[in-house]
This record gives sequence, C-alpha cells and structure tokens, in this order.
Amino acid sequence: MQQSHKPQTPILDVRDLAISYETRYGDVPAVRDVSFDIQRGEAHSIVGESGCGKSTVAFGIVNFLGRNGRIVNGQILFQGQDLVGRSPEELRQVRGDRIAMVYQDPMQALNPSMRIGDQMAEVLVVHRMMPRARALDYCVTMLKRVQMPDPENVIRRYPHQLSGGQQQRVVIGMALLNDPALLIMDEPTTALDVTVEATVLDLISTLQREFDTAIMYISHNLGVVARVSSKVAVMYAGEIVERAAVSDVYLSPYHPYTQGLMRCVPRLGQSKRESFLYPIRGRVPSPKNLPPGCIFEPRCDYARDLCRQRRPELRPIKLGHWGRCHFAEEIVQMGWQPPEDFVAQYTAERSVDAAARPLLKVTHAQTFYPVASQKLIGGKKQFVRAVDDVSIEVRKGETLGIVGESGCGKSTLVKTIVGMEKPTSGDFEFMGFDIAMPVSKRKLELIQELQMVFQNPDSTLNPSFSVGYQIGRPLRRFQTVPRGQVEGEVMRLLDMMKLGGRYYNRLPRQLSGGEKQRVGIARAIAGRPEVVLCDEPVSALDVSVQAAVLNLLLEIQKEIDTTMIFIAHDLSVVRFFCDNIAVMYLGQIAEIGPAEAIYAPPYHPYTEALLSAVPIPDPRAEQKHIRLEGAVPSALNPPSGCRFHTRCPRKIGKICETETPPWRDAGNGHRIFCHIPLAELRQMDPVVTVRPGNRLGRQHA
Amino acid sequence: MTMDAQTASDRKRNMRRLSPTELKRPKESLRDRMSIILRSRVAIIGLVIVLFWVWVAIFAPVISVHDPLAQDATAINQGPSAQYLLGTDALGRDVLARLAYGSRTILMLAPLSVLAAVIVGTFLGLVGGYFGGLVDEIVMRILDAIMAFPTILLYLIIIAAIGPSAINVVIAITFVGAPGVARLVRSLALDIRVRDYIRAAELRGESPWYIMFFEILPNARGPLIIDSMLRVGYAIFAIGTLGFLGLGLPPPTPDWGGMISAARKYIWTNPLSVLWPALAISSLVVGLNLFADGLREESTRYQ
Repeated sequence: MQQSHKPQTPILDVRDLAISYETRYGDVPAVRDVSFDIQRGEAHSIVGESGCGKSTVAFGIVNFLGRNGRIVNGQILFQGQDLVGRSPEELRQVRGDRIAMVYQDPMQALNPSMRIGDQMAEVLVVHRMMPRARALDYCVTMLKRVQMPDPENVIRRYPHQLSGGQQQRVVIGMALLNDPALLIMDEPTTALDVTVEATVLDLISTLQREFDTAIMYISHNLGVVARVSSKVAVMYAGEIVERAAVSDVYLSPYHPYTQGLMRCVPRLGQSKRESFLYPIRGRVPSPKNLPPGCIFEPRCDYARDLCRQRRPELRPIKLGHWGRCHFAEEIVQMGWQPPEDFVAQYTAERSVDAAARPLLKVTHAQTFYPVASQKLIGGKKQFVRAVDDVSIEVRKGETLGIVGESGCGKSTLVKTIVGMEKPTSGDFEFMGFDIAMPVSKRKLELIQELQMVFQNPDSTLNPSFSVGYQIGRPLRRFQTVPRGQVEGEVMRLLDMMKLGGRYYNRLPRQLSGGEKQRVGIARAIAGRPEVVLCDEPVSALDVSVQAAVLNLLLEIQKEIDTTMIFIAHDLSVVRFFCDNIAVMYLGQIAEIGPAEAIYAPPYHPYTEALLSAVPIPDPRAEQKHIRLEGAVPSALNPPSGCRFHTRCPRKIGKICETETPPWRDAGNGHRIFCHIPLAELRQMDPVVTVRPGNRLGRQHA
Repeated sequence: MTMDAQTASDRKRNMRRLSPTELKRPKESLRDRMSIILRSRVAIIGLVIVLFWVWVAIFAPVISVHDPLAQDATAINQGPSAQYLLGTDALGRDVLARLAYGSRTILMLAPLSVLAAVIVGTFLGLVGGYFGGLVDEIVMRILDAIMAFPTILLYLIIIAAIGPSAINVVIAITFVGAPGVARLVRSLALDIRVRDYIRAAELRGESPWYIMFFEILPNARGPLIIDSMLRVGYAIFAIGTLGFLGLGLPPPTPDWGGMISAARKYIWTNPLSVLWPALAISSLVVGLNLFADGLREESTRYQ
C-alpha cells in the first residue's frame, strides 16, 4: 500500500535509537538499536511483552524519560527535524503541540475535579488562545467526532460520571484537539472490557482515516495489533526483532521469537483436546546481562554457533519485511518441530458420568451487597445484586469456565462458593455437604477440599516468607503429610511446578510474575483439594509465560484429577482450557454448556456480541461486526425482564422488557437464557470465520 | 532417567543445606540492611550521633572520673576546668558524670517505653484493622478519646495519679504513645488485609490471630520500625519534660531533664550547666530523627 505513494518525509523517523536508565547498579540499556518510521496517515504498532522497552521508546520520543533515563545514541526525526539533544524550550518549538499521547488508564489522564468540558477547553485556551465559549463549542464537535453519545451533556460532567470507554474517548478527543501529526497510544484499551475495547478500536481506525494522523500504537496484545494497524514492529528485550506489514508478520513470521509468540496464544476455537500451547523456554534476559550474540539465542530452537558469536542486524529479508536473524530464510524453509523434550499430550475426552452426582452444585444462588442509603435518615436499604439467581453444577474432573465482562458477578460467585462472601440465598452443596456459609464456619476437612488460585502474582504471596514456607503451610495445617515429610513434599511440589529445590529459600520479590503464579498454584494444590477455583490465573502474565502456566495447570489436572472452576475474560483461553463454559451478564448466567457449543450457533445474543468483539491475532479471521450500545446497567437496579434487553441487538419486543426469559435447551447440557425461540437462534451465522490459508508452524495444531 | 537422578541428588543437596531455623524464615542478609543505611548520608550522621550516646552510656564509669552523686563543696557552680571537664552543678557534682550516667537512664527508659507502646498499639491496631466493624469502631473511638487530650496534660495527670518513678514514666509514655502506633498499624492492616495472600490464609481456615500476627504484621514492619525510631525521639523529649517538671526520676538519680531544671536557677551565673544537658537531649533526638528519616527515604526510594 505504501509503495504506491510517492516517497515522502515520514512523520516520524527513528534511527538507531538507544536509551539507557541509570540505576544504582550502573547503566541499564533498556532500548538498543531501534529504527522505524511512520508515514502520514499510517498506523504503526509496536508489540512486545512487558519490559521489552516499547513504552521506553514512546517516552523517548516525547522526552518523558524521567530523571534517570537518557538517549545514548540515535536520532528521532519528527517531520524531518531531530528531537534528540534539544532543550525543553527548543523541543517545544520544533514539536509544538503536534505530538499527542494517550495512556492506558483514562482515569489517571483526566483531572477528577474538573468538568470534562473545562479540561478539554483548557487545551485550546492555552495553546491556541481561543476564547472559552468557542473552545467549548469546538470540544462538543470533537466529542461528536469521537462518537461520544450526548456530547452537550458530557462536557458538564466530571470524569467519574463517565464509563471507562467514554473516558478513553474523551482522552482521545483531547489528544486530537490540537490536530497532532503524530498520536502515540500506549496500551489505550488494556484497561477496558472486550466489548468496550472493540468500540474504541473501531474509533481509532476511523480517526486514522479521517484525521490523516500518524499513529504509533503500543500494545502487548497480538489480536489488538492485528485489528488497528497496517505495520507492526515486534520488540524483544529492547530491540526490534521483526518489522513488516501486519499480514506478513502474522502469516509468515521470520524471526523465531515472533514464531514462538504465535504458538503461545490459543486460537479462538481451539481446545486442549486438539491442540496445545508451546511456551517459549527460558526467560527474557535482563538488560544488565545480555548475551553477546543474538539476544534471543538462549531461547531459540534454531540457535547455532554464529548466533552465539555475532549479533544479527535488522536486515531486509524481502521487500518491506525486516528481521533480526542470521538464518531467517532457512528457518522458514525448515518448518518448526516441537523440541524433543516437549512431551505433547493431548487431554483426552473425559468420560464424565453425567448421571453421577455433581461434586459441586449451586442452585438459585444470590449474593447481594448492601449499599448505604443516599439519604441521611431513613431511606430504603439498597443492594448491589452481584449474583442473582445463578445455578451451576460441576462434576468430578471437569473444568467449568466462567466468562463475562467486569462487574458481571463472576468473581463474586466464586468468592461465595469458596466462603469469602456470605450468600444471601440459594443452595450450595459440595461433596454432599452444605457450604452456604463463610469459610470461618466451615469444617477444616471441607476447607481443605476447596482451594483457590489468585489473579495478581504480586499479591498472591506473602512478601515476608520464603517460597518453601508458604507452600509448606497448608501441608502443616491440613496435615496432608506427616510433619517430618513436609519439606520433602514441598520439594516434590516445586519440582512439579518445574521450579526445583533451589527456589525453596527464595523470597517472593526474587521471583518473576510467572514463577510467583506457579508458587501460588503449588500452595493451592498442596492440600490436594478436590476443587481448585482459579480467578483469572493467567491474565496478568505475558503471553509466553501464560502458555507455560496454562500447560502446567493442564498437567496438574491430568496428574491429580482436580476439578476446576476457571474465571477469565479472555475467550480464547477459556475455550482452550475448559470443558464447560458459563457466560455471565449482570449477575446472571446468559448461556451455559459444553465449550464447543458456546462458540458455535445457537448463541445467546450477548455471547454473540462478545465473540465478535474478541481481538483475534490472525488477519485472515473475519468476525461479524456487532457492537453493544451503551454501558452495562447498574447492578443496584438491574433492568426488568431480560437484563440484557437494554443493549441487546436482537431484542424482539416488549416481552424482553417485561418478562424473565425462559431457558432454551439446545441439548447436551447447552442452555440459553433468551426469549428468542431456539429454532431462530440456530439459524445464526457463526461469528468468526477464517479464510483458508497455510499458517507457518501450526501444522501440529 | 539421568535427569531424574540429577534432580533427586540436587534436591538432597538442597535439603541438607537447610537448617531448621533457615527453613522457618528467610534471612535478609545483614549486608543488605547495612547497605541501605550506608547509602544515605543523613542516616549515617544520625547513626553516628546515636551510637555516640550509646557508647557514652555503656562506658559511663570509664568516661567519668567522678561519682555522679558525689558532692564537692569546694567547687560549686563552676565552669569547665581541668578537674571537672564540663563544670559542676549547684551541689558541686560533676556535670560530665551526671550527663554520662543520665544517658544510661534515658537510653534505657525511652526504648523500653516505646517498645511497650508499640506492643500495645500494634495489638490494638491489628485487632481494629483486621476485624473491622464494631470492634474497630469501639477500639478506635477509645483511642481517639485519649488522643483528644494534650499530651503534656495526660503525662501530668498520669504521673500525678501514680507517682513519679522510672516504671511509672514508662507507663505514662506507653499510655500516651500507644494510640498513635495503633492508628498507624490499623491503616497498614487495612491496606494489607485485602491482599490475596490474606485471602489465601483465610481459605486455609487460619485463625484470626495467626493472620494478624504472622501474615499482616511482618509486612507492616518497615513503616512500624521507622515510626518507632521517631517515637524514641519523642519519648526522650517526654522523659526530659517530665524530669524538668519534677515528675521524672526522683532525685538524686542523674536525669537530663532534672539537671536542666536544677541548673535553670543559676542560668546567669553558670549558663553552661544548663547548656550541656539541653545539648545532650537535643542532639540525641536529632540523631534519632536523622537516622529514621534517612532510612525511610532510602528504603522507599526504589520501591
């Protein structure tokens, strides 16, 4: 596409950029030898895992490196003029207000004590000396352009009165007020829910066409990048390892790291029965201690002597496709074989006895949180209906996935089961015992059988105690093994987590995120529980680490036959990992059934919308375009009838607003909570279709 | 096969290396901790001043040639001389000796009373912060009531009620200091109790006491230690004040506050005898504050 244009000065041209941070251990070269350019009207992505230096590049461009960061080498040409080495005053003149930046968290970017209109108008009043009234008018126009509903009203509101998606629209609108030549977006949708993310991504694509702005888009999410940008640079440990058009990078990646990344993420629709994930072995080298040759060499399956000795340059491999690998052409010819020590085991179809009594049975569960009344005296007590009439059954050895956007009640449901919240009503039966009570009232034997893995690797372990002590504690407490054998059992668990005995004495702060999560898993399974509840166990991890942790969970499940409840918001991960899936919306289950049935018609309209919003890291995938209007209604006062009717694109009429929908049974345990008759639901088209085409390195999938 | 054998031997080697005490608690190497102190110039200066007074307290008998209680009628209210390096007081006692022995009392009483305040305050703060609800409400409102009094008034009331003595000074300082500690610990506990490892402990069915003292308290120790060091400074002030008001240690025990009070009458004839104990109190307090500040800055800088 770019070739058809006449050659022109790129908006941004970064050449051989190197950035270092000074620390107490000396200079850390965070970014080395980074070169790329962005043309007018082009969206260029930088993708990479945490700590690869992608944000540092962005901060280098806008000169926000902080006190200890500095540009050591290279040029940053903005519209032909070098930004490196200029004083802040000169920078202001060269750059003017023509570079704008959008950050991850909109709540941090907006001033909470100023009205939206005032903070937007301030930009124009200060930069352009525009009279306030005209500036406000212009802001309304801008809000319309970023597709903000009811902009006249929005400018009078405060940031906290807007939803996350609307806040991000305001931030993007604010960034566009000065008509920037370059818009840098650093993970702008990472904090948002999938359906909101989809609308913001749509907006970004529209704006790019409309405003003719160059966009530099930073993300860790391969799917998002595939959706918004035309070109992508893959960064690894501070260097760009591959750079090309999106379709080239995704369909025929040259660099082993990019190839590895593609094998780490489960494709939407694949399950553990027919595919597995290949994590990249080893870990990212610390920038203080880089290998002398190729930076990826220690983790590369193709590494040879030359890779250890000489650092490869970023070189053109074919037209418009750059790679930093000595043997790129050969590698693509060779194809990829899983390493020999990788034991590929598909998870066999379980013979779950449908007639058997379920291990865990929750019927008509309700968990409400009381909210203080708005009035000082009197007033009716209100409740957040976090979980409202949910029934699930889990059989031995089964994995139940619960998906839904934030605030749908999935975490509350799990917390209630595990006893961290007191249920308001409903029956909770576990192994034949009633567990409708907080954990402090349960018997120790019952507590032991129900354990949990947490989301945040940084808070899952007590920072004051060693890994060994923390894994040993449940063993001592539940007396799983005799006192004298606790240490040996901890060692066994560490081996099982592929960590090994040398981790015994380490403190949590000496571990990486993935390692912390493994210790958290070891602690949960130490007491050999019957059911493990996993609350988003991999969502805070990088993709390559995520694959390893998922594999580990699968292995554990196979080895000790644990039943699991797995909460996640990533639909591909849930599809891959779970046997059954429940889709939740606003405290209720919208659809429940076997995983493969959820991802194929008939769909609940909400599931359909979710699936069409998931960013898929495959340019060949075509998704139906369904976008949900408005925000999720408050759980304080949920809509009558079907709770989804306020946003449902398939609403059939009055009945949706007034009557609770019936359960439509699609057979094989697949049930849909919707007024639309089953026959009609069955006629829906699949949401995701993939055009045929060969994909490198996926022969085994 | 070989892999297995290797990991097995690895494991054995690892296990042999671990002594029981090591297994319980990973030790933070002393060098790590010292390096934090040594990195901050402020902390080093503070530490040097504090260590100077600790040294004085330990070697008081060596430093002072004279008995702190011995009176020399021939040398009353004298300035510095070869015989009495810092001069004498109104009863002809050696100021240097009294200062040196006085540092012993103050360096015993201040940390002791702070320790007591920290123990009481930590307990109350953990209980309030972890249990929350009505328990928290009751505990904190009582503590608020104590804090509503001016501290000096509280000291006076308590000492007037139970009489001046070393142990009663400790009791008074504990009573006045505990609410502040409790507030700090409570706020830390409120922050820590929502972390996932606390939930994990609850899901193991741990008792509230285990969670409070083993899961929460160790993670609150950083701010608590720094706060305690500042509190030792306040306690020294308090002991000085009480001594000055005649509510400290009964005479003739050497006591810096008492020394200032006694020498005050002769401030025009022998100003130095007021200066020395005043300088002693302020330098020790400043030293402790510098040390605590330096530590706090250095330990939060790279977090």
